[in-house]
Amino acid sequence: METIKLKIDNKVVEVAKGTTILKAAREAGIHIPTLCYLHLHDLNIENKPAGCRVCVVEVEGRRNLAPACVTECTEGMVVNTHNIRVLNSRKTVLELILSDHPTDCLICAKNGNCELQSMAQEFGVRKIHYEGEQSTYREDTSPAIIRDIDKCIMCRRCEMMCNDVQTVGVLSAVNRGFMSVVAPAFEMNLDHSVCTYCGQCVAVCPTGALTEVDHTNSVIRALADPTKTVVVQAAPAVRAALGEEFGLEAGTLVTGKMAAALRRLGFDYVFDTDFAADLTIMEEGTELLDRLTRHLNGDKNVPLPILTSCCPGWVNFFEHQFPEMMDIPSTARSPQQMFGAIAKTYFADKIGVKRENLVVVSIMPCLAKKYECQRDEFATDGNPDVDFSISTRELSHLIKQSNIEFNELPEEDFDHPLGESTGAAVIFGTTGGVIEAACRTAYEVYTGKKLQKISFEELRGMEYIREATIDFDGLPIKIGIAHGLGNARKLLQDIKDGKSEFHAIEIMACPGGCIGGGGQPLHHGDSSVIKARQRALYAEDAGKTIRKSHENPYIIKLYDEFLGKPLSEKSHHLLHTHYFDKSKEIKTVE
Amino acid sequence: MANIKLSANKLDELREVCKSFNNEKGELINVLHKAQGIFGYLPAEVQEVIAKELNVSVAHVYGVVTFYSFFTMLPKGEHPVSICLGTACYVRGAEKVIEEFKRILNINVGETTPDGKFSLACLRCVGACGLAPVVLVGEKVFGRVAPDGVKDIIAEYAK
Repeated sequence: METIKLKIDNKVVEVAKGTTILKAAREAGIHIPTLCYLHLHDLNIENKPAGCRVCVVEVEGRRNLAPACVTECTEGMVVNTHNIRVLNSRKTVLELILSDHPTDCLICAKNGNCELQSMAQEFGVRKIHYEGEQSTYREDTSPAIIRDIDKCIMCRRCEMMCNDVQTVGVLSAVNRGFMSVVAPAFEMNLDHSVCTYCGQCVAVCPTGALTEVDHTNSVIRALADPTKTVVVQAAPAVRAALGEEFGLEAGTLVTGKMAAALRRLGFDYVFDTDFAADLTIMEEGTELLDRLTRHLNGDKNVPLPILTSCCPGWVNFFEHQFPEMMDIPSTARSPQQMFGAIAKTYFADKIGVKRENLVVVSIMPCLAKKYECQRDEFATDGNPDVDFSISTRELSHLIKQSNIEFNELPEEDFDHPLGESTGAAVIFGTTGGVIEAACRTAYEVYTGKKLQKISFEELRGMEYIREATIDFDGLPIKIGIAHGLGNARKLLQDIKDGKSEFHAIEIMACPGGCIGGGGQPLHHGDSSVIKARQRALYAEDAGKTIRKSHENPYIIKLYDEFLGKPLSEKSHHLLHTHYFDKSKEIKTVE
Repeated sequence: MANIKLSANKLDELREVCKSFNNEKGELINVLHKAQGIFGYLPAEVQEVIAKELNVSVAHVYGVVTFYSFFTMLPKGEHPVSICLGTACYVRGAEKVIEEFKRILNINVGETTPDGKFSLACLRCVGACGLAPVVLVGEKVFGRVAPDGVKDIIAEYAK
């Protein structure tokens, strides 16, 4: 490898040819500030439009300051990252950005978590010396995401996530100069676009331009209403990330503390989405075996592969972009919706509360879930199965507002019956987890034998597209896994072109799966955070006594008392769904 | 814009244009250029077809269309009026001529009258500086146009 020697702040640095000044400096422990720059190491994708100019440095012999994020090192280069000229320019650039940015930080959703705010703080900006016109743009509120373009600094990170990572293609910079904004085609609102509400744009937005629709007040109101019984469910990935909002290291499991916090917030029943994840495996796993057996028996009308359908971002994606493949995903609802349906029928009956007096709140690592619970097909007489879905971040706000010392809480358990779950359900929160959970159950049901080894290491990892063959006692089952919608698109295209053949495929919209969801504590592009969360989920699974969904005693009881068996008529009615071709909906003209 | 139907012939022609550029993403600007030549403007439907043919997002196409002032999403009038704003025309009062067109037609630059007869645009130098200020209506050139002559020009085409 060819290397280059240069001097950064009087320090001699040796780097590979082609390295940018920014990276060379970081390797040398010099942290040049950035705003628009974002590097997603695992994806090997870099956002460096050199738009914000905050990273400018002085290169000896060059007339102008150079943006460190795009300027490559050259032999003998002498770089100064913080002399007076650089510092003045940087501050000027920052003030110019601030001159066209609202200063209502106190009431901004990103207050305390805004990269622009932190930078203004670090640079000690006390006065904005530039006054002038401020750009204004209408606010766009969708069921999950709010676009407040006045707070946009045109860093283009959201565009990178939407186009390069997720390949959804909703966002683009439009218009020019002072009028330029990031917007969907024809400047339509998000709910008129092909947006999947995966929330990855929100996850990388440095400011308050993209935020989630906040339902915490609705939850507080429901909790305060004496006529309502309020039930909460928390998704698997939440317990592996919530601690970060309270200063705990990434990957700290806070399952017990979370249950305790939810109880102190005043929820009448603290349940677990994991219970519904076990239920999903019963339904989806049975559907897989049903399709597989019919296919093996020569029924050519049975479509294979079967695709998982737990992820609402993924469901939105194929409804918009692959409507011709709508018959291959499983019809099983997501765990969030299965939970809601069971809570408002089986459980409501059990405790003698009327449907309309039972409020179901979900805590999700996800923004698409906010949209999912509002879908018409998941309501009975206008009463939704899940009333409010709030993100991991929103839950942390609720806990802080309610004067709960999270880190001091004891470890508590979930309530019964909808709080009991297995290790199979816990790993639903990571890429590879749903299909591993399905394999654990499908193997035992299909072969009638006990699994020798419960963990399927071959299905684990962080590679974006993975393939594995699982031996079902002589029958090789081909499994595909993709996370990140861009990778899902690749896999789907291969199937469409007949290049790949699988029996079952797991797809999760967000990179890493739900642990990297759009509703999680912000990781600022640091993928080690996501990996730590993944390790936490596998650790929780390994520590469980019951690790197979079909062995969950409360699931067995639910089928005995209420549903009958998987894919029964009642199951179909409550736990399965159908999909809609939305490719035509976005047409602006007929 | 939803009420405008584009003829199937022209859409086929558009697909041919995309094909002539090998449906390459990088040829987007060239394709848009040709498309505007075919349709006179770039309505949403045309952008959607181009996006599909070149396999890019509609948002991206719209981004390019709105970036370059040459591209327009508004249909041109039957008689497109262009007023030269080159230096010579400008110093000889082209701005006042524009104001008069705007007043009589009751539209802004870049717009088309509701009856579809006239559209208003500005351009830079048609190479007839001796005739400044210059106004073009379609292909016809009007020289030494004074603000009070504007209504006569409009009247000539308003029939």
